[in-house]
Amino acid sequence: MKHDGDRPIGIKVEGVSKRFEDFLALDDVTLDVPEGSLTALLGPSGSGKSTMLRLIAGLEQADSGRVFLEGRDVTGIPVQERGIGFVFQHYAAFKHMTVRDNIAFGLKIRKTPRDQIRDRVKELIRLVQLQGMAHRYPSQLSGGQRQRMALARALAAEPKLLLLDEPFGALDATVRKELRTWLRHLHDEVNVTTIFVTHDQEEALDVAEQIVVMNEGRIEQVGAPRELYEHPETEFVMGFVGEVNRFGNALIRPHDLDLGLVKVDGAEEAMIERVSHLGFEVRVELSMASGDRAWAQVTRAEAEDLELEQGQIIFARPSRTKVFDNGKEPDTAPTDELQVA
Amino acid sequence: MEASAFPISGEEQALEKRPKDKRPRGPLDGGSKWARWALRYSVLFYLAALLIIPVIMIFIRTFEDGFIESFEAVTSEAGLHALKLTIITVLIAVPINTVFGVLTAIVLVRQKFRGKAFLNALIDIPFAISPVVIGLALILLYGPRDGFVGEWFFENGIQIIFSTPGIVLACIFVSLPFVVREVVPVLREIGDEQEQAATTLGAGPWQTFWRVTLPSIRWGVTYGVVLSTARVLGEFGAVSVVSGRISGQTETLPLFVRKQFEVFNQGGGYAAAMVLAALALLTLLLMNLINKKEERV
Repeated sequence: MKHDGDRPIGIKVEGVSKRFEDFLALDDVTLDVPEGSLTALLGPSGSGKSTMLRLIAGLEQADSGRVFLEGRDVTGIPVQERGIGFVFQHYAAFKHMTVRDNIAFGLKIRKTPRDQIRDRVKELIRLVQLQGMAHRYPSQLSGGQRQRMALARALAAEPKLLLLDEPFGALDATVRKELRTWLRHLHDEVNVTTIFVTHDQEEALDVAEQIVVMNEGRIEQVGAPRELYEHPETEFVMGFVGEVNRFGNALIRPHDLDLGLVKVDGAEEAMIERVSHLGFEVRVELSMASGDRAWAQVTRAEAEDLELEQGQIIFARPSRTKVFDNGKEPDTAPTDELQVA
Repeated sequence: MEASAFPISGEEQALEKRPKDKRPRGPLDGGSKWARWALRYSVLFYLAALLIIPVIMIFIRTFEDGFIESFEAVTSEAGLHALKLTIITVLIAVPINTVFGVLTAIVLVRQKFRGKAFLNALIDIPFAISPVVIGLALILLYGPRDGFVGEWFFENGIQIIFSTPGIVLACIFVSLPFVVREVVPVLREIGDEQEQAATTLGAGPWQTFWRVTLPSIRWGVTYGVVLSTARVLGEFGAVSVVSGRISGQTETLPLFVRKQFEVFNQGGGYAAAMVLAALALLTLLLMNLINKKEERV
């Protein structure tokens, strides 16, 4: 486990397990999150990432283990008293309240003086860019606007911790991209310790400072986006963060598969099944002589140079591969030349 | 805190709009223009023949014999007492059923326990059993002479059967399912995410209920209250059995209407019936007004 030495720990999860009937959602999980950081919990569905978030919030109770927020043991403390802000995937907007009343909810509960509520709501409406919509009801807002309102509502009482459960999962692709860039900027401004749950590796790589990869109720690896991508510790992490081809027990990133028209050392003959142009990137689907299927990621210029087209026979040579023993431990150094058979 | 420097572009500023002419169509609604016309008018005819015309007849007959004359029966001492008793019954039975109806609905939707299906089925008993049988059951339990618990109450000076408490109990029994049945589907539909959100914002269970749950289910509650009120106003069978039908004492408005027919004062009967109908309509109107005021949209 790794965290910034110069930042104090904001959240500490210690040996937490949680079981739902016969499903083990979290299996003895331990995690430190530095204060003020932006952390992603990344994993497939059923990996325990949402359960972990809800346990930190206090919306679920752990069967065993402890949770600390800024050094304080909050394991038995109810959600109301944890001082957190929570954003739900499906917004959980109060449908019978206007945008203004939704945002003011937490402040009214805390019996904040009226004029302070007014000022704070105004400030938040500007922060989430819903100016002119204070008197609208959630049904009169788009999905992205609703989620921004939910974010303002969660931030209103100045929580020590902001937790987001698949916050952009219900939005369409364009809005999702826009909102995640916006979330990163927002985090720079309010600088509150933030954890968000996602199953989208691109989203995690794009937004987070630190990614926690989860699988089957356990943490696979914790690290900065680049570290996870370049030095995955397990086969699962390599396959989940970024894309991979599998040749026997070797894993190869699609951009580490060099294509050429002449046979060189270590290259294998392959037939092009399909060429997809995705803007700058070109995706080449290959049927290898060994029977494996793979795909290579090349630039448009490379594709044009080689004049790649369907049915063509070419040679593919992995420039970097990784082999994990028992699917767990990586073999030796991060750069491994393919061993020529 | 400064406004975010990162602008949100024209992100779906426009609201979702479904073109008016693109309504989804039901299986019976698809065919020709003629088929739709036939469907619509057969429904209207059915409503008119079975609902509207009989109700209109009451109004016509009330005024046929002269307005003043008809209303003499209603404004007689027995008539006014029946009206008062009916209103008292509504004011006790409906609030009780509303509170317990909402609580029951919350238990049924939000909790998991053994025997939940059984409890759910139990709620519908008043719909399944004839009101007369309900009345008899109440006499067996609360009757002053050999009722299961009624004897004890009677000895301690509390008369339930042939008195107001019995009438109220009968009305609570027959109108019990309405609020539960209206609130359960609404609660199920809103889910518990809004309530969870309220707790993360610091609201305790009580604040969450008043500020989030109750406002979200208010239309279900309203409809349940209107239906309960209508049922209590009009309840005849069960009340007839437990009340003893003592004129000027245990006679509710529906019993009074029946009495007027028995003594061949049909004008009076129609007039009392009209008052009943007017009370029911008034409830409907009142509940709509209360909700409109809160809506503010």
